[in-house]
Amino acid sequence: MPDFVQLWVYLSTAPLFGLTATLVVYVVAAAVYDRVERAPWANPVLWSVIALGSLLLATGTPYPTYFAGAQFVHVLLGPAVVALAWPLWQRRAELRRRSVALLVAALVGGVAAGGSAVLLASTLDLPGEVVRSLASKSVTAPVAMGIAERIGGVPALAAVFAVLTGLVGALSARYLFNGLGIASWAVRGFALGTVSHGIGAARALQVHDDAGAYAGIALGLQVLLASLIIPLLFRWLA
Amino acid sequence: MIALRGLALLLLFQAVGEGLVLALKLPFPGPVVGLLLLLFALRWPAVREPAQAAAELLLAHLSLLFVPVGVGIVTHLDLVARHGIQLVVAVVVSTWIGMAVTALLLRALLKRDARPEQGDA
Repeated sequence: MPDFVQLWVYLSTAPLFGLTATLVVYVVAAAVYDRVERAPWANPVLWSVIALGSLLLATGTPYPTYFAGAQFVHVLLGPAVVALAWPLWQRRAELRRRSVALLVAALVGGVAAGGSAVLLASTLDLPGEVVRSLASKSVTAPVAMGIAERIGGVPALAAVFAVLTGLVGALSARYLFNGLGIASWAVRGFALGTVSHGIGAARALQVHDDAGAYAGIALGLQVLLASLIIPLLFRWLA
Repeated sequence: MIALRGLALLLLFQAVGEGLVLALKLPFPGPVVGLLLLLFALRWPAVREPAQAAAELLLAHLSLLFVPVGVGIVTHLDLVARHGIQLVVAVVVSTWIGMAVTALLLRALLKRDARPEQGDA
């Protein structure tokens, strides 16, 4: 089977591999998610990461080789952040009317999420660079990387923490909000978007229109607030 | 085609954002400045229509975009092996604290806003 081996060697090193694998695995995961009526545990990001991670480990493919292809998906995170202007603009009247409440909730909630992560991590004796990489975990991944860079964290690690936080929120929000007796879709979506950024907002969009819109607003606000506040807080504390 | 024009616009706004951040040493990541610029520019239909098409496409598949970064966890398996439990506690508990604080606070603040909302549940 030397031909097959050669073919695999070629394909697995070409950028085509990472891009194809990412899209194929995600499309399958998303189809399963729809099939089980979008149950939180079937989150397509979670299962795509598990499947692709296992594939890399099983085939001994280094992450940079995978990323050479996957970066074509990854670069779209930049324009996706710019695109957040759209849900903000769409609901601008509502935003203006509720601006104080939304700003206060986004600010306090975001600080509570990042601050409690930093406090917990330092209490649990995690290394300093890990602690600093946790501060931006409630901000969407590309922005989290930028913030981590500025406060002495590890950008790649910050991105992973942001994705994990997004997943924890998307998986557990339903149970947490039901437990707290939060009935309003707007409030549920906003809290999910504030803490679990894009992955939470994607989940909120799939559950309810109002929840999705408010999650989009929260995601946009958190990007703006966190970029300003986290570096400031770290400058004060350091 | 309109979505493609929109994507070009989004990239253009991001590029201008990155340029401004570099030139003026702004405390924001480039895409965030691009977001603010676009928010301002959306008042013009020539920007709004293509931007809407591209934004809706990108935001509908937003979760896909996090997969490449998420797979990056394989490069930090040593960290997970060494500090896995502490990391899980820090990430999970802080996520719950953040969501509970945001939700309870926003509910209280909106209730105080005189106008009672109906049918929100």
